[in-house]
Amino acid sequence: MSELPGDLLYTNDHEWLRREGDGSVSIGITAHAATSLGDLVYVELPEAGQDVEAGGEMAVVESVKAASDVYAPIAGSIAAVNDDLADDPEKINADPYGDGWIVRMTPSDGLDESALMTPDAYQQLLDELDD
Amino acid sequence: MGSKTPFYDKHVEAGARIVDFGGWDMPLHYGSQKEEHHAVRQNAGAFDVSHMTIVDLAGERVRDFLQYLVANDVAKLQDYGKALYTSMLNENGGVIDDLIIYFLGETRYRLVVNAATREKDLAWIRKQAKGFDVAVTERSELAMIAVQGPKARELAAPCIDAGFREAALASKPFFGLEAGEWFVARTGYTGEDGWEIVMPAADAHAVWDRLLASGVAPAGLGARDTLRLEAAMNLYGSDMDETISPLEAGLEWTVAWEPADRDFIGRSAIEALRNSPDRQRFVGLLLEDKGVLRNHQKVVVDGIGEGEITSGGFSPTIGRSIALARVPAGDYDRARVDVRGKLLNVRIVKTPFVRNGQIRIDV
Repeated sequence: MSELPGDLLYTNDHEWLRREGDGSVSIGITAHAATSLGDLVYVELPEAGQDVEAGGEMAVVESVKAASDVYAPIAGSIAAVNDDLADDPEKINADPYGDGWIVRMTPSDGLDESALMTPDAYQQLLDELDD
Repeated sequence: MGSKTPFYDKHVEAGARIVDFGGWDMPLHYGSQKEEHHAVRQNAGAFDVSHMTIVDLAGERVRDFLQYLVANDVAKLQDYGKALYTSMLNENGGVIDDLIIYFLGETRYRLVVNAATREKDLAWIRKQAKGFDVAVTERSELAMIAVQGPKARELAAPCIDAGFREAALASKPFFGLEAGEWFVARTGYTGEDGWEIVMPAADAHAVWDRLLASGVAPAGLGARDTLRLEAAMNLYGSDMDETISPLEAGLEWTVAWEPADRDFIGRSAIEALRNSPDRQRFVGLLLEDKGVLRNHQKVVVDGIGEGEITSGGFSPTIGRSIALARVPAGDYDRARVDVRGKLLNVRIVKTPFVRNGQIRIDV
């Protein structure tokens, strides 16, 4: 597995978050999640403007094998969705931390980093999964 | 840790993601299930199918025995090597397993049955064989690889001993050729041309290396499933089981009703269903909306009733989701499927969805 980007935060559910310059937060699934799912064939995205609760279902990613929910790691509203995924869901496999971003959220209460994982902590989680 | 086939080390070497499949450690994919799928449709792929169970039958009355054991009629097998696909039924007409039967000689037949049903199949076959004086021999010492795709035979030919290579290349679809412990059959589970090759386990590594060197892609269980779904080939345990009649699983073509006095196990039970107006249909579905159909999703036919998807997934060749489903009797060609709480539109289509690299339905 390639190295985790050091500028992101992570969750137990194998999602990543990136703080953008405008105060919004981009969210996607990690390379580990994409590899476990296999080739993605369909992504169900939320509507821009929609409010989501932390831990609520936000999107669905479906691979040749199975469907998997993507949970909102934070509360807020959906500022933008990655419409390119409708025609090209495999962008998530090819570039999970870049072109494969899923949504951008405006957090309702800022970003509580204590509830998220640092790259080191997430790497440790992955190492434990390998054992 | 499950059982390992003679190709196991080669799967690991090729970077396979190994999963448990009916007690066997088998490759799910070697990186990309979709690429393996396309390789088989466009070129050639190799599947380790050594986990499947080979059973050889021998005896003076072996033909009589098979005419009693299975729903199709081995009397159709007149030429050596010819294969017949059928199912073994229980007394209630439910499917114990689907299998392929090869005619090797007047007193010799070879069966290939599923891995997950091995023990119950062997027990059933041995039980029914009593009274026919048929020797039932499992050939677990043999390895088997399926090489499938438009270029499969051409690329696999160098693996075949020169002494019978030409004969193997000349054999017609659905025929097998035996040479010592080797057996090369023009059969498969993908809807493409190709071979299923049985060999002594000791030859497995050399064959694998040679196949990959000639450009055959290793392909895992994932691609095997999407390929067989596109070809509308049934999967035991998903599309049918011991509670399902072959007539409600799209397998009537594997039942021989004539001669009418051939008394195979389960015959009277499925005859009762044969002309029943309530007999469920087994159909292909094409999803018209966005999303993916999955096993066990509910099919809703307005004004008629409900059915269930038995095999659903994404078709890499078509680029849309397809499924096999058991649905209520009636004359209709549209339905809806409950996909994660939403009713999505599906069209009933004539299967196969894909055969020999070509999409066979109106998309």
